[in-house]
Amino acid sequence: MLSLDKLQSTGKKATRDGFGAGLKAAGDKHDNVVMLTADLRGSMKSEDFINTYPDRFIQVGISEANMMGIAAGLATGGKIPVTTTFANFSTGRVYDQIRQSIAYSDKNVKICASHAGLTLGEDGATHQILEDIGMMRMLPGMTVINPCDYNQTKAAVQAIVEHHGPVYLRFGRPGWPVFIPEDTKFEIGKALPLSEGTDVTIFATGHLVWKAIEAARQLEKEGISVDLINIHTIKPLDEEAVIASAKKTGAVVTCEEHNKYGGLGSAIAECLSKHQPTPQEYVATDDTFGESGTADELLAKYGLDTPDVVAAAKRAIKRK
Amino acid sequence: MADIQELKRIASQVRRDIIRQVYLSQSGHPGGGLGNADLLVALYFEVMKHDPSFNMEAKDEDVFFLSNGHISPVFYSVLARAGYFPAEELKTFRAIDSRLQGHPTTHEGLPGIRVASGSLGQGVSVAIGMALSKKMNGDDRTVFVLTGDGEQQEGQIWEAALFAPHNKVDNLVLIIDDNGQQIDGPTQEVLELGSFADKYKAFGWDIMRMNGNDMEETVKVLKEAAAKRNGKPTCIVMDTEMGMGVDFMVGTHHWHGKAPDKEQAINALGQLEETLGDFPAEGV
Repeated sequence: MLSLDKLQSTGKKATRDGFGAGLKAAGDKHDNVVMLTADLRGSMKSEDFINTYPDRFIQVGISEANMMGIAAGLATGGKIPVTTTFANFSTGRVYDQIRQSIAYSDKNVKICASHAGLTLGEDGATHQILEDIGMMRMLPGMTVINPCDYNQTKAAVQAIVEHHGPVYLRFGRPGWPVFIPEDTKFEIGKALPLSEGTDVTIFATGHLVWKAIEAARQLEKEGISVDLINIHTIKPLDEEAVIASAKKTGAVVTCEEHNKYGGLGSAIAECLSKHQPTPQEYVATDDTFGESGTADELLAKYGLDTPDVVAAAKRAIKRK
Repeated sequence: MADIQELKRIASQVRRDIIRQVYLSQSGHPGGGLGNADLLVALYFEVMKHDPSFNMEAKDEDVFFLSNGHISPVFYSVLARAGYFPAEELKTFRAIDSRLQGHPTTHEGLPGIRVASGSLGQGVSVAIGMALSKKMNGDDRTVFVLTGDGEQQEGQIWEAALFAPHNKVDNLVLIIDDNGQQIDGPTQEVLELGSFADKYKAFGWDIMRMNGNDMEETVKVLKEAAAKRNGKPTCIVMDTEMGMGVDFMVGTHHWHGKAPDKEQAINALGQLEETLGDFPAEGV
């Protein structure tokens, strides 16, 4: 069992580097793993896979729709295609290709998306997609995963390759604290409890898990006991874990680098409104586009920082 | 050596199946399918090596993808007549609880369908992926894909058109149904497409032409295209007449997406010989 004491940063590494390491490991184990990219091999940190398996790497050029179709065809022929580009170009740009050729056609394609959310930083709102979890979550049969650090991303890549069916895996650009112990098992669809508590539940996904850990430490100092749960798999949601924790604490906060509509917060609310109605506060972007800036500046400005999680927890407790 | 007369007899039955499916469901797209009946019969009854017991991965088989999914009645008829599923099932076309959806899909598990199509412009990319998987597997069979001419207005088509020659996908045969019609009217009025031959040649494809309503020529050109391995993908610009085989449907976009009434269906069926036995159905 993990606890706040055990969750210490061992240094910063980007989740996209975790993707690259996970892809190489998955490629070593499964010779039908094929990587595709739309002119972003450098950004995907996958040189290790590409150099080791050049015959299993396909450079598609700047044509994401074509990439999704080719992936569907490769999957039809028995390959496990891994498409790679930024999250915006992995989802919004190619929604219909994913919908028809991949999801509706039940193709075993792994859509791996870097630079998700605000933390890609200076490129600004054109690239900072905050709607991708919602779009992918709405597709029948799609598994949606947002890992929280290098180690979890590396483990997630290996897990999705061994899972049959379409998957959306979303990760990010910046160096980020590495805190999930390397030997932590990654189970698709299984919530990961990080710390046990009784006053409030914090459900967090992606980069904001670290912010939630910092917030939980502060809350514990103030005498507030936090049940902290990492929801890396947003679909299928671990409803059992979500309901049990909400029942125990009676107050819930959701934390994600995504719009308040359609993402983790929505998924939790859909679950709890049916099974365990509970006051819920959202740490998410407030139905807005982002802008240029550093990752830290953006998280602070858009209300996704540690103090925002602390404040949300206190609001949720007040509503009990 | 192909028995052209026998292939023509099968195509006549396929055209009857198209009319009867669309009449029974009172919806669907008869025109394009009638124009492409000869092509699909040539592929499935003469040119392609394929196994009707159906394996999704199609190892050591030739593969056909239908990108313009709205001409599903011709695809369903040919798959049924080739043994993928019973011809009786054709009467369920577009009905509730059917495997024969309005547009083809893998979702209901209909044998012979390998990807959903209907939202246009996606099939060439999928065919490229299948062709690449064959190359990776050392499987030298050929992948065919059919698109409409109007469908060539989709942007994704041209992404795929750039990719295939650059990557020497020479086990790929793209067939463009150049019937000059799309649902809102003649292609030259809706959005002029110009010369497919010139465009694809400029992109680096080998160009072939055929009259897709001449069975002998269709078989010959398809076999030649399938055998070619010269580092280039092949584009066959295929002339057909939309509505071919039924005098009042031929050469017009009016029957692109419209079902005949009973009198029209009887008239059409009177022009098409029943050669393999109609699938049983009430009313026609």
